[in-house]
Amino acid sequence: MSLRPDLQIIADWIAPGARVLDLGCGDGALLSYLQREKQCQGYGVEIDPDALLAAMRAGVNVIQQDIEGGLEMFRGAHFDVVILSMAIQATHQTERVLREMSEVGVQGVVSLPNFGHWYHVWSLLRGHMPLSKELPYQWFDTPNLHMTTVADFEAFLASLDISIVGRAFLADGTVVRALPRQRATQAIYRFRRQSGSLPANLTGRNSP
Amino acid sequence: MVSIQSVGQVSPQQLHFESPLSLQSGATIRDYDLVYETYGRLNPQHSNAVLICHALNASHHVAGRYSGSGDDEIGWWDNMVGPGKPIDTDRFFVIGVNNLGSCFGSTGPMSINPDTGRIYGPQFPVVTVEDWVNTQARLADRLGIERFAAVMGGSLGGMQALAWSYLYPQRLANCVAIASTPKLSAQNIAFNEVARRAILNDPEFYDGRFYDHGVVPKRGLQVARMIGHITYLSDDEMAERFGRSLRDRDLGGDFRFTFDTEFEIESYLRYQSEKFSDYFDANTYLLITRALDYFDPARAFGGDLSAALAGTRANFLIASFTTDWRFSPERSREIVQALINNKRNVSYVEIDAPHGHDAFLLDNADYHATVRAYFERMAGDLQ
Repeated sequence: MSLRPDLQIIADWIAPGARVLDLGCGDGALLSYLQREKQCQGYGVEIDPDALLAAMRAGVNVIQQDIEGGLEMFRGAHFDVVILSMAIQATHQTERVLREMSEVGVQGVVSLPNFGHWYHVWSLLRGHMPLSKELPYQWFDTPNLHMTTVADFEAFLASLDISIVGRAFLADGTVVRALPRQRATQAIYRFRRQSGSLPANLTGRNSP
Repeated sequence: MVSIQSVGQVSPQQLHFESPLSLQSGATIRDYDLVYETYGRLNPQHSNAVLICHALNASHHVAGRYSGSGDDEIGWWDNMVGPGKPIDTDRFFVIGVNNLGSCFGSTGPMSINPDTGRIYGPQFPVVTVEDWVNTQARLADRLGIERFAAVMGGSLGGMQALAWSYLYPQRLANCVAIASTPKLSAQNIAFNEVARRAILNDPEFYDGRFYDHGVVPKRGLQVARMIGHITYLSDDEMAERFGRSLRDRDLGGDFRFTFDTEFEIESYLRYQSEKFSDYFDANTYLLITRALDYFDPARAFGGDLSAALAGTRANFLIASFTTDWRFSPERSREIVQALINNKRNVSYVEIDAPHGHDAFLLDNADYHATVRAYFERMAGDLQ
């Protein structure tokens, strides 16, 4: 069974035997692949009961929890990689989620729809909200709250003292090399806390 | 109703255990009987056995019904265990066992103490969750089961499943603990204490020697059952089922201004508790609530549950119910976190159900689908 192209890129980044936390794991396809092909161990986190059942049937460990409730449950364990695949645009507390990811895992991986894709811009110029495979929702029933572009997301990670250590761009499942800001429908990043920077909870930046 | 998928007619079996059993308290039981039931068939490899552990007032009678009995004699988890059910007896060999100290046939306070020739009564030693697990392991030995495919239970039964995982880590492939907790809270113990005081203060309790007087401390047992029952239901469930409805509808909604049964909820509690006091032993109630109070595997590790579960090897399914305020989802999450800290394989579900603690006994679609999925995956791994 082949993985979705964006998940395959993420899988290729992950070292054999890595301990993985997959936030919003859906049907568990990525974790199942990582367990089978790379002997990884880890947990999926999922809130939706149907997806959770699918993940369980796929043979992965799955924890029912809202990732916005915080990642406290995972702080006592070591994770090599924390993944958030195509879900960051639906988070309320996007900054907190990213920060916690960078604290719980040695590396973070985030994939997101690129709102800056030329077709979205074109839709807006024609007077319509963008609709695409990655953003299939009408404006009035979308779960997406925090749309971003390649440029804005990279700037945001930098502002959180998070260093990007790898990036990949896809357009409808095919790798994009030239003009990714305009041509990519999906962007995938791997990142880590900047060396020397303390977890935010130790620097007081999380205090209200 | 027994559904068409029920295991059907069943009969309990009994085994006698000759060798003395040392209990956690330091006391010893010289010999004892355990009553149990089995459903399905043990496969030639003996790899498909599932042990079901019971909670406070249940027994070895997990599924099916007895010959000639009515529908109220259906096993307490008949909706979960049977052919084609979440725990499919066409694939698994399921065992229910009545715990030591209980009152459904296994040796307990109503049995004869071989040292004195008298009924044990209050002399029956205090038993713990770990003691029960030790007796269950001996039963497994006798039945030729070296390793269970799963040990499973809800509430106090979940505590036993959890205790299996750290007492006999090599003897179970999966541990399923539902609506359970790694220890009772002060509030939980407080409710248990009210129940025990009701029994102990009943003049017909006679310091636990009521058998000699030909009476049963029914009033105490009834209050104990009422207080327990209240903690099993959610506020919303009670509101939904009873609200402020009055018992006597002929009065057109008028109060009677008496202390007789006025509200439906009172009537329900009285009916349930009277039924309970007809069959449950008062000394057993004291023993089992104490076993609940004492359960705290982290205690020997300075309160560190992760350390207590470090030796576990099983895969785990932990489930809780959103409206359970007796053993709330937070308690289950403590277990899950300790298992994650130990890198154990664990899945956790928090079932959205309105019924409170009792939900673990009820037929909820999400809940049963989860258990079914977990056991199907397990069945695929069976050799």
